[in-house]
Parts: sequence; structure tokens; C-alpha cells
Amino acid sequence: MYVYDALDRRFVAARVEQFRDQVARRLSGELSEEQFRPLRLMNGVYLQLHSYMLRVAIPYGTLSSRQLRTLARIARTHDKGYGHFTTRQNIQFNWPSLEMIPDILAELAEVEMHAIQTSGNCIRSITADHLAGAAPDEVVDPRPYAEILRQWSSVHPEFSWLPRKFKIAITGAPQDRAAIRVHDIGLQVVKRDDGEVGFTVHVGGGLGRSPFLAWTLRDFLPEKHLLAYVEAILRVYNLYGRRDNKYKARIKILMHEAGFATVRDEVEAEFERIRDGALELPAADVARIARQFALPPLAARPAASPREDAAKAADPAFARFVATNVTPHKVAGHASVTISLKPIGGVPGDATAEAMELVADLAERYGHGEIRVSHRQNLILPHVARDDLPEIHAALVAAGLATANAGLVSDTITCPGLDFCALANARSIPVAKDIARRFADPARAAEIGPLDVKISGCINACAHHHVGAIGILGVDRKGEEFYQLTLGGSSGEDAALGDSAGPGFPPERVADAVETVVSTYLAHRTAPHETFLATWRRVGLAPFKEALAHVGR
Amino acid sequence: MQVVTANRLIDGRVVFRDAAGRWCEAFAAAAALEAAATTQAVAESARDVAARLIVDPYAVDVVATPAGLTPTSMRERIRAGGPTSGSEVAAPRLDRAA
Ligand code: SF4
Repeated sequence: MYVYDALDRRFVAARVEQFRDQVARRLSGELSEEQFRPLRLMNGVYLQLHSYMLRVAIPYGTLSSRQLRTLARIARTHDKGYGHFTTRQNIQFNWPSLEMIPDILAELAEVEMHAIQTSGNCIRSITADHLAGAAPDEVVDPRPYAEILRQWSSVHPEFSWLPRKFKIAITGAPQDRAAIRVHDIGLQVVKRDDGEVGFTVHVGGGLGRSPFLAWTLRDFLPEKHLLAYVEAILRVYNLYGRRDNKYKARIKILMHEAGFATVRDEVEAEFERIRDGALELPAADVARIARQFALPPLAARPAASPREDAAKAADPAFARFVATNVTPHKVAGHASVTISLKPIGGVPGDATAEAMELVADLAERYGHGEIRVSHRQNLILPHVARDDLPEIHAALVAAGLATANAGLVSDTITCPGLDFCALANARSIPVAKDIARRFADPARAAEIGPLDVKISGCINACAHHHVGAIGILGVDRKGEEFYQLTLGGSSGEDAALGDSAGPGFPPERVADAVETVVSTYLAHRTAPHETFLATWRRVGLAPFKEALAHVGR
Repeated sequence: MQVVTANRLIDGRVVFRDAAGRWCEAFAAAAALEAAATTQAVAESARDVAARLIVDPYAVDVVATPAGLTPTSMRERIRAGGPTSGSEVAAPRLDRAA
């Protein structure tokens, strides 16, 4: 994992003291709320419905056991005993007091964490494939580049007051687990036949009020040009992006209004001007940072684990857990384990202090002290030996953390919605709980197979509902909560925006509607392995719409 | 009828203005006001903004129900009662006067 150098430490510590001073000046009245708001937002502090909320960055979703224990301690001391993991691989604390936030930031700084640029109109914390470094299909680990981008973008003077927020996601695998096509910049690290490493650069993806999938600006950008090219994109956006209307201020609108070719030409011209200059990435620096992300020493093991096989034969619950929550690793005899934060009837993405501590312990004991946060709001032990799976599972069962539903219907991505969020139109969490309860039966969930459901409490689409196979959007209809469905979306390498499934539903009917969509899929799929999206792409919207017409509204 | 609400500056908690002009966490303590009185109460609240007790005071529509007053909008019902579905729902709310 990346370890701060002296410069990083000084920078983060200085920022804590700066914010401490800003909070003191706010509390003394020297700063008004209007003056303070942009300053607190730059440090991840929102004022939500019930309290301040602090959003802490987990750059590229990578955590150490020590860091996770600090998050647990903060949850216990400054929150109500839990934290909420978000679809941008961050953690949010819902109940901190403003006067305590500088102390919380100081605690975070001790374990090389911060809340810088988790909000505001700047380059936000960079997200990455949660299986980076572990997935068998990975070509190049994207995290060194994510770290380089983090350093470059941290208080970048030119890009601290952009027209609007700017999100970058990166993956190094052909299977896109980082939703790169719905980010302002989506990078895929690729390797050419001649061995040269570079990036496919996607620009202008984004959801919200006007959803767009990204345009591909470059098929292959050589590694050394990463920063110059990204800087060229940001400069063009900063110059031409709209500032008159915040709903039209993202780079996707610039791409849409000015046209792909115009933006590309501007970016290429700017890139030509600054390439081979100060921003060129020296190979030695990339190698130095990459060394910090080296795979931990995983002892060679046989591919199959007799211990795992025996446990599977003896315990059906363990067998189900392996089928859904355990994925192959690039090193034989190893695996990555998803710890679902979607217990049936629980709040998606919430983890108690005790859960975080247990996961930190398991990571230390079995997983080289490493934990990942996925954009699907789950935790992952990326590097464990298959032989240890029975013990890991037993510990999770004892803590109520062994829900075997990763990727299944009940593993929803759910935003905080109207229970917490000041921008919400409708609640998301109760709807997610209803759906999870409806599909709680493991046998039935397994029969249905992978199906991703995403629930946003307003059109800002924090849960990425437009790219859910089943997307659910909460709206306000004459003061009442109401939910609209979109179908057929995908955030993967086959990215697609979902189609509207017609008029919406009142809260108590949403689980029925999802059930109807699922039954329609099961009735139409040609074989159990035909995915929802494959069926959808074959049969289209009509049978789903027709079936939904019979659900009470 | 309306009540006046805000968030407390120091910890962000939802507060309501009572008949004596104090800020209370309990919705039940809120003073229910007619239109003219509401306008005045919101105007007076500006003093408490300046005094750094609260931020962003505003009026909320409420109706009388058999169970007492309740805000008409879902958003304000949730602000008044706390999250309906969060991990802390079972936990007691803090209560401290501004
Ligand atoms: S989608 Fe809307 S309701 Fe949900 S977290 Fe984002 S802004 Fe809030």
C-alpha cells in the first residue's frame, strides 16, 4: 500500500490545522455561513437534514487494517456507532459535531487519511476497481496511477474552483468493475502487443439529470502523458464549462453542447502545447510508486483447496457463500472475499464499529492487512488463501456479516435518500430493505442469479440508478414519495443507460414491481445462465412494461 | 399553521423555536404560529443566526392530527422525527438546549 512521504504528511497536517482555524472562526462569528460553506465543503463537511456529515476519502478504495480501526473508533466516539460506505468508495459519518471535526481529521491524518476534495467543485477522490492487484483478468494494477492522479489533483491551484465537481475512475482490467463510463474521466489501463502501457481515455460520462455515457477520446495514451493529457482535459473544461447553470455545468454537457469533435480538438491542441513538459511522468517515479502497491507475498499453493471443498460438502451455507461472495485471484490457491454490507433488513453500506474492527482483524490475520471498499458499498478482503475460507466464513457468521448475496438482487446500491440527505425527494433505505426482504430466500436468489438493483432518492443519481439492470428513482409527487423504474442499464464494459419502464409506483408497491420484473425475466430467459441484460437485450422493454401494467399503483 | 426550524450551528442538530424563542430539539416543544407570527418569528431568528446559535431558520407547514401537530411534508416529518430507517433508529437521540 502507498505510504505517505514527509511531504504528504506535512500537507495533510497543515490542512487539518487550516480547517481547525476555519471552524474556530466560524464558531466565533468571524466567518458567516456563506463564507464558511465552500471551505467546509472542500473538507468533506456537509450540513444534512439532521446533522453535519463528514465524508472521508478512501482513495481508490484501499484501506489497511489500521485505517479501518481508526474509522471504527471515529464511528464509536463521534458518530452513533457506525459509518456508511458510499458508491464512491468513501465513508460518511452522519452525526459528527462541527466543533469536533478538526479532531476527527487529526485522527485520520495519523493513519494517512483525510477528507480533502470529497466535496466541492474540484477533482474528487479517485475511485478504482476494488479488485485492483488481485483480479485474474487485470492487465495492469491501476492504483499507482490513481495515486499519481491523487497527488497531482490535490489542491491543484488551477482546478480548485471548477464549474462543477469532477470525478475520475480507473481500472486496469477489461471487465469494468469501476463504472468508468459514467465518470467525467474514465481510464482503462491497457498494454499494447509491444508491451507498452497506456490508457484508453473516456470523457464526459455522468448520470444525474442528464445522463450520458462517456465518449472515448483516446484509444491509447502512452503512460508518460497521463498527467499532461488529463490536465489538458481539465483546462478545456475549466475554460469552456458552463458556470451559469449548475445543472449544465458538468463536462458531459460541454461534450454534448459543443460536440465531441470540438472538445477533442481543443484537448488535443492543449495537449500538444504542454506535452513533454513538466507533467511528463518519469518511468522511474511510476515504478517507485508502483512498488508500493506490490502484491503481498502470497505463498504458492495448489489451485484447489481440499479444506475448502470439505467445508463446502459439509455446510451448504458456506458453499453458497463461496458461490456468491468469493472470487478468483490472480495467484493460484487464493481468492478475494466480499463481505456484504447488505444484510437482509439492514441499511445498505452501513457498518458498525464492531463490524469494521472484525473486518480489520480478519484482514490482519488472513489477508495481509488489506481491505477494499467497492463502489457497490461492500468490503473486500482482496488477498486470502482458499484454505482459510472456512475460518473467515465462520468468523463472519458469528458477527452476522456472512450474508451470501454479493451481486444478487438484495445486494442493492442504495443512496442515503430522504432519511439523511438534504437534496432527497424520497427515501431509498426502506425501499432497499423491502426488496432485500422480498428476495431473502437464498435458493430463490440463487435461481435468479446476478442482478443489480440501484436506488437513488433523487435525480442526482448517487446510486447510479440509470445504469442499474433495475434502476429505481425516488421522486416527489405532490408531496408523496413515488418511485420510477428504469430497466436494462449497465455500468460495466457493456455500459448502457436504462429505459423508463413507464409510470411509477408508491413505496409499498416497489418490491412488487421488482418482483414482476424478475418473474418476467425468468419467464423469458432461454437458460439459467442467460443474464438479465442478455434477456433484456433480446426481448426488449415490451414484455416488462406489459407485466408492470398489472402491478397496482 | 407553521413552526420555525433551523439547524444548530455547533453540531447541526435539528431545532425548533418554542414560544419563548428558545431552540429545542423536541418537535413537541415547537410553537405553532399563524402566518403573521411566523413571519415575525423567522425575522427574529436572524438574531440567533448572528449570535451563532443556529443556521438557516425557516418556517414549516404543520397540521393538527389526533396525535398532535405534524409537518405536512415527508422531508420535514423526517427532520422532526429523525431517520425512519437508519442504523441509529433504535439509539436514543441526544437532547441538549442551544
Ligand atoms: S441521489 Fe439524491 S437523495 Fe440520494 S444521496 Fe444523492 S443527492 Fe441525496
